Amino acid sequence: MAGLRFDLRDTPPEAAALRAELRAFLAEAGRNWSPLVRGYSWMGFDREFSREVGRRGWIGMTWPAAYGGGERTALERYVVLEEMLAVGAPVGAHWIGDRQSGPLILRLGTEEQRREFLPRIVSGELAFAIGLSEPDSGSDLASLRTRAEKVPGGWRINGRKVWTTNAHKCDFMIALLRTSPAPDPKAKHQGLSQFLVDCRASGITIRPILDLVGEEGFNEITFDDVFVPDSLLVGQEGHGWEQATAELAFERAGPERYLSSLPLLTAALDDLRSEPAAPETVGRLLARAGTLRQMSLAVAGMLQDGKTPAREAALVKDVGNDYEQALPDTLRDLMDPARTPAEVQEMQRIMTMVARSYSLRGGTREILRGIIARQLGLR
Amino acid sequence: MSDTDDLRAILLEQVERLLSDRSGPDLLRANERGEWPDALWAEAEALGLPTALVPEERGGAGLGWGDAVAVWQALGRHASPIPLGESMVAAALLAAGGIAPRPGLLGLAVGREPVAWGRRAAAVVMTSGGIVLLQPGPATRQGRASFSREPADHAAPGVPAAEGRLPDAFGPEAALLAGALLNAARIAGALEAVLDMTVDYANTRKQFGRPIGGFQAVQQLLARCAGEVAAAGVAVAHAGRAADRRGLAGAEFEIASAKVVAGEAAGTCAAIVHQVHAAMGFTDEHPLHLFTRRMWEWRDGHGAERAWARRIGAKALERGGENLWPDLTAR
Repeated sequence: MAGLRFDLRDTPPEAAALRAELRAFLAEAGRNWSPLVRGYSWMGFDREFSREVGRRGWIGMTWPAAYGGGERTALERYVVLEEMLAVGAPVGAHWIGDRQSGPLILRLGTEEQRREFLPRIVSGELAFAIGLSEPDSGSDLASLRTRAEKVPGGWRINGRKVWTTNAHKCDFMIALLRTSPAPDPKAKHQGLSQFLVDCRASGITIRPILDLVGEEGFNEITFDDVFVPDSLLVGQEGHGWEQATAELAFERAGPERYLSSLPLLTAALDDLRSEPAAPETVGRLLARAGTLRQMSLAVAGMLQDGKTPAREAALVKDVGNDYEQALPDTLRDLMDPARTPAEVQEMQRIMTMVARSYSLRGGTREILRGIIARQLGLR
Repeated sequence: MSDTDDLRAILLEQVERLLSDRSGPDLLRANERGEWPDALWAEAEALGLPTALVPEERGGAGLGWGDAVAVWQALGRHASPIPLGESMVAAALLAAGGIAPRPGLLGLAVGREPVAWGRRAAAVVMTSGGIVLLQPGPATRQGRASFSREPADHAAPGVPAAEGRLPDAFGPEAALLAGALLNAARIAGALEAVLDMTVDYANTRKQFGRPIGGFQAVQQLLARCAGEVAAAGVAVAHAGRAADRRGLAGAEFEIASAKVVAGEAAGTCAAIVHQVHAAMGFTDEHPLHLFTRRMWEWRDGHGAERAWARRIGAKALERGGENLWPDLTAR
């Protein structure tokens, strides 16, 4: 595959102490996390936990100190992410701000926006949601219709967003909205803009949607003449599509794309010792996990070097999603209802359900494979 | 770029050029008829490739396992028309055991598996525990039918002409580990080749008035294949780096992982590339099977996925859940 590169990277030597610190912290913090909490992990939401993570300097780690950031390397941040995910920590209240919204504001926001938002993301105070999908615009995202009309001093928003994870608990969302009509149906990527929208603004109604697990994880958001001041437009008007897709390299290659169900393997392992088929199955799972970790680290390394590894990120997400999604069923074949501890069975049950989302969130498998196919040169 | 990176780049370029110029479907087919690729081998020797892993003070190029993996991947991209990988490993083992190098093709014997081109070997090298053994002369007892159809022969039991103790870093299974790494790396290279071939084919072959590569059903298959190809490439590079850092024995987990991931990828991708090539790829005439048959050969050779998975899985079960993640991140 011409041009595709995964150069191996190490986590930096200074990360060893950081890792030890994280493990001690998570062992303590996670003593009472239920299988449900661990099963949701970065889709879960625990403000108190996120504030504590913020206090310890583990949010916005790579950002400039001027905005409260830690000025550490992307690979050190990677260590924090993977340690959190490996135990299924409920990181959702700061995950989106740290991964996506903060970096976007840092890169394209105004100085005023940076000073206003970044320090409060860093402290774990501000929780962000991403307003992309709409009732009629899922994989065909650019067809979205929620619009922002220019009014004196700002913009007036009308329309609906849906599947917005945790929006009912968040403070702000970054919404992709139509600010001018597409010049023609083939140019629907034009005329979109990104806005910072206060989730509690007047005219916003957020209706939680029950998911198949029985939790209120995502939402439908109705915008009814919601006013957003000019100062909360992010980046350039009309360039929302390019801005949003540039975030995808950050969104798609993190360790959350293969580690989501690893806590189940960890929890189940000890009780598989007497299962004759376990060594082979566990060996195959570990071989993949170790390889996916190197792939994901390679992409983190490229991001650290200032590159935009969008193609590599799409591949890692696709292979990683397959892996994390298959894991609960794979382990099911080894488990014995009469022997497996109830808590492990409970986690297996929850992850079997939550795993459906792995190949949907952040771009469906089919859309992602379409992107990969085009990168391969298929037309 | 460091000196070793330079050296690796130069060597890789030489190998690529040699194979692009001299190898191809005709040569691979001749190999399968038992015709030894004399000219190609002579050029590889002239470039010093068989002793590339031998330390410089012993007359080699002093490359590491990571470099070797890159060379073996290049070999795999050309369906490995010469048993260069085996000869490189054999020479490295001899040198590490303090045995004087031998000119000519060195066969590598791993367990009871037949030696690739054993009939042409000047000597056969094997390991037993931490000892490397050299048995002079060719291996002559023809091995069983194989996927690749290339000659492979068993050495007759004999008295070794020389033996030497390997450094501890090689461990008691050096030939098996190096052989597994070689096969995984060749698979990773062959996977790149068959993916490229299949993308080209899908963009050329037209049905319903357009190239079949334009159909989503075909695109989805090939995208999946691309993920497996990338995973295999990373797995073998990781294993090579681990062997450089901790020796072959210390890299058991990574080598096992590479063999598992590359072997699984071989199965998945061979199915996909044949499906896309359809009847044309099922013919003898089309070169696709020259690659896919060798991928099937290499995934079986020196321990199939199952055997390696069991090994690392059993260790992980013994270590228990609390060590699973710490062990994974210590790598």
